Amino acid sequence: MAITDKTETDTLPELTDARVRARESAVLRLSESAMARLGEMGPDAPIDVDDERMFINMGPSHPSTHGVLRLMLELEGETVRRSKPVIGYLHTGMEKTGEQLTYLQGPTNVTRMDYAAPLFNELVFSLAVEELVGIEVPERATWIRMLMCELNRMASNLLFMATNGMDLGAVSMMIYGWREREDILRFFEMVTGLRMNHNYIRPGGVAADLPDGWQAEVERLLEIIPPRLEEYDVLMTGQPIWRDRLQGVGVMNSAEALALGVTGPLLRSTGYAWDLRRDQPYLAYDEVEFDVLVGSYGDCFDRYAIRLNEIRESMRIVRQVIDKMPAGDVRVQDKKITPPPRARIDESMEALIHHFKIFTEGYKVPEGEVYVGVESPRGELGCYMVSDGGSHPYRMHIRAPSFVNLQCLPYLMQDGLIADAVANISTVDPIMGEVDR
Amino acid sequence: MMLFAADPLLVGDFGWDTLAIMLGKVVIAFALLMLSVLFMVWFERKVVSDLQNRIGPNRAGPWGLLQTLADGIKLFFKEDLVPNKADRFVFGLAPYLSLIPAFLTFAIVPVGGDFTNNNGVVPMPGGEQTYLQVADPPIGVLLFLAMSSLAVYGIMLAGWSSGSKYPLLGSVRASAQMVSYEAALGLAVVAVLIQSESLSSHDIVAAQQGGIVNWNFFATGVVPFFVFLIAGTAELNRPPFDLVEAEQELVGGFHTEYSSIRFALFFLAEFMNTVTMSAIIVTLFLGGPNGPILIDSLGWFFPTFWFMLKLFVFLFTFVWFRATLPRLRYDQLMDLGWKLLIPISLGWVLFLGAQSIGRDRGWNSIAIVAVTALVFAVAGSLLVAAINTAKADRARALEEDPEGAHGRFT
Repeated sequence: MAITDKTETDTLPELTDARVRARESAVLRLSESAMARLGEMGPDAPIDVDDERMFINMGPSHPSTHGVLRLMLELEGETVRRSKPVIGYLHTGMEKTGEQLTYLQGPTNVTRMDYAAPLFNELVFSLAVEELVGIEVPERATWIRMLMCELNRMASNLLFMATNGMDLGAVSMMIYGWREREDILRFFEMVTGLRMNHNYIRPGGVAADLPDGWQAEVERLLEIIPPRLEEYDVLMTGQPIWRDRLQGVGVMNSAEALALGVTGPLLRSTGYAWDLRRDQPYLAYDEVEFDVLVGSYGDCFDRYAIRLNEIRESMRIVRQVIDKMPAGDVRVQDKKITPPPRARIDESMEALIHHFKIFTEGYKVPEGEVYVGVESPRGELGCYMVSDGGSHPYRMHIRAPSFVNLQCLPYLMQDGLIADAVANISTVDPIMGEVDR
Repeated sequence: MMLFAADPLLVGDFGWDTLAIMLGKVVIAFALLMLSVLFMVWFERKVVSDLQNRIGPNRAGPWGLLQTLADGIKLFFKEDLVPNKADRFVFGLAPYLSLIPAFLTFAIVPVGGDFTNNNGVVPMPGGEQTYLQVADPPIGVLLFLAMSSLAVYGIMLAGWSSGSKYPLLGSVRASAQMVSYEAALGLAVVAVLIQSESLSSHDIVAAQQGGIVNWNFFATGVVPFFVFLIAGTAELNRPPFDLVEAEQELVGGFHTEYSSIRFALFFLAEFMNTVTMSAIIVTLFLGGPNGPILIDSLGWFFPTFWFMLKLFVFLFTFVWFRATLPRLRYDQLMDLGWKLLIPISLGWVLFLGAQSIGRDRGWNSIAIVAVTALVFAVAGSLLVAAINTAKADRARALEEDPEGAHGRFT
């Protein structure tokens, strides 16, 4: 899939020398052993340390580092002068594991990466495999994928609302965000059997058709969520303390964001309208109407507001999907790729053989390589896959938006207070499972 | 004895029955405070869970009422850890330093007594008479201010002596925050003192008897009450001013390294302070045991009932704050204290002072208000201009030298 070049370089804000220098000096380039030495306190502390500076580890076990992110901070009083994100505390080797699993088993593996938005992982993996095999999934499967992904985007952004509220001390928000998310997860459970890590979107379509009465269920969701979003507006968006805490904190302009490879709500918050759903349409996003939301200041508040309003945009898409949902198959009717239905195995020898072959050795995928990107709630989620013609990927790499977005943290946090550092981590919204893969 | 002279109990002979009544009052006040803390912890958890669509504690005892007790027992039997680099003596001392002032402050709070008919005096067995407060020293309110200043030491020393960085940051925040808000708190109290013309908590309550309009809430013109409420919340380190603990930033702040019973003592002190501060607000601004409607029957019942009811309202308010408001940032907290609360309360004190002098000398009250408004406008615009100039200076310094020492918040 070629990347269409739509960057409007001449309209980008200029990076002044001062900004570039500030960015370079934002990263604390310190080895692990030096940090351990500088981190000492009391009489054992090395004497060559500047008295005004304090080196402190935030994480990997800290209430607001979203799991196991670790930050080395260089503090002057409470002001963060330099910092360095340290990752790898949740490394599970999922990319490498992916090379040992067949294409059918793949989604089970990748779905655990971004555990707040599992369906996107499955989607990007499946799209990559389908591109390699060269199959066209049935229309209904495409629309089901869209429905589920947009609901998942809502769930993910609601989780962001919850954690963001909690990180800034609005503890009630945590429960409210989870409550709404839980409603969506219940729908997922109804469709896929699981709340998370669904393995629902698979190469060739989706695992099962939507259950009876799904429209009513989705419409119920669309009914209960908007009034609650308005409650969020009262509790947070319009709250003076909330605004003070987020506005003007962690400012980034679009040139910097692009230079750092930042995507998703972070990039859009800087005023740069880049959304893969619109700019490189996949699934059937070119057939639905939605707006790409952009911010104007690139600060924490914009990132918060964009995520909040993207829930509303997603609901708009879901409404259109309900109306336009076509009938038909939900899996590609290719015996080599789609396992036969359970009932057929009892009647047909061929079905039994296909079933056995698919689940033991998988299906062969023609030689080639492919990159597919989708717009996950955190940015561009990409899957680069190389096939050597066997039934396992030769190489499977996931371009994880959280991983790339983390790069901008030292820059956002520079010269802010510790409280701002927390706000920045929170609005960058990294999912460590995806960062470490 | 000079310190306690105001109480009619101590007028005349000092016998065994006097001593017995005094000891009884101390024990009852202690028990009352401990019980109210037990209740307060449960109440806070229940109300917060209600506001957050949760159930909250419901296992220990009826409606989970004994949850706090269970927690206390659990904490008591936990291992008591002292970090390697801690200053062991101070580390052990700090929890008591924050607990004891919380106790002592409650001694000056009148919790009952009919102020309308017989000046808050309650007959006791043996022909004695007394006030329903542990002590009524003539310095009353100063004792409260002194104790709330002392409480800073407990928190500050706890953070400093832990030999760990997050507590250290918490302790620095604590000292700055509590010292700053002490000023606003004190100025709000001065407004009450001007109105009551006495430092004794008993006299302050007595001056407010005779209906709602006499309560200092109205008599001092509402502003000191709100300043006191905000500054008091900050003094208590309760949300939205809980920067000292700030779980999401400093893990646990000053008590990060504390465990077992020492942690329980901090916990106890925090909730005791909440109860005491609510009681002080009721005493200073809402007429203490004075009721909104005068009921003569059951002489002792209604004053205590009114007191408890008002106390309850404030306890609820503090819990409500916690469930609703996000936490302020350190510099915003300082801005609020120094640039808003202190100037406002200082101005208000001067205004009340001018009025008080004006009453004595027969000045024209309209003229006083007019002059005050003029002075407020001039002083306010001067202050705003000064703040804006400083802000512009900082911005310019940052613009010229983004890497220099003129950081955004230095």
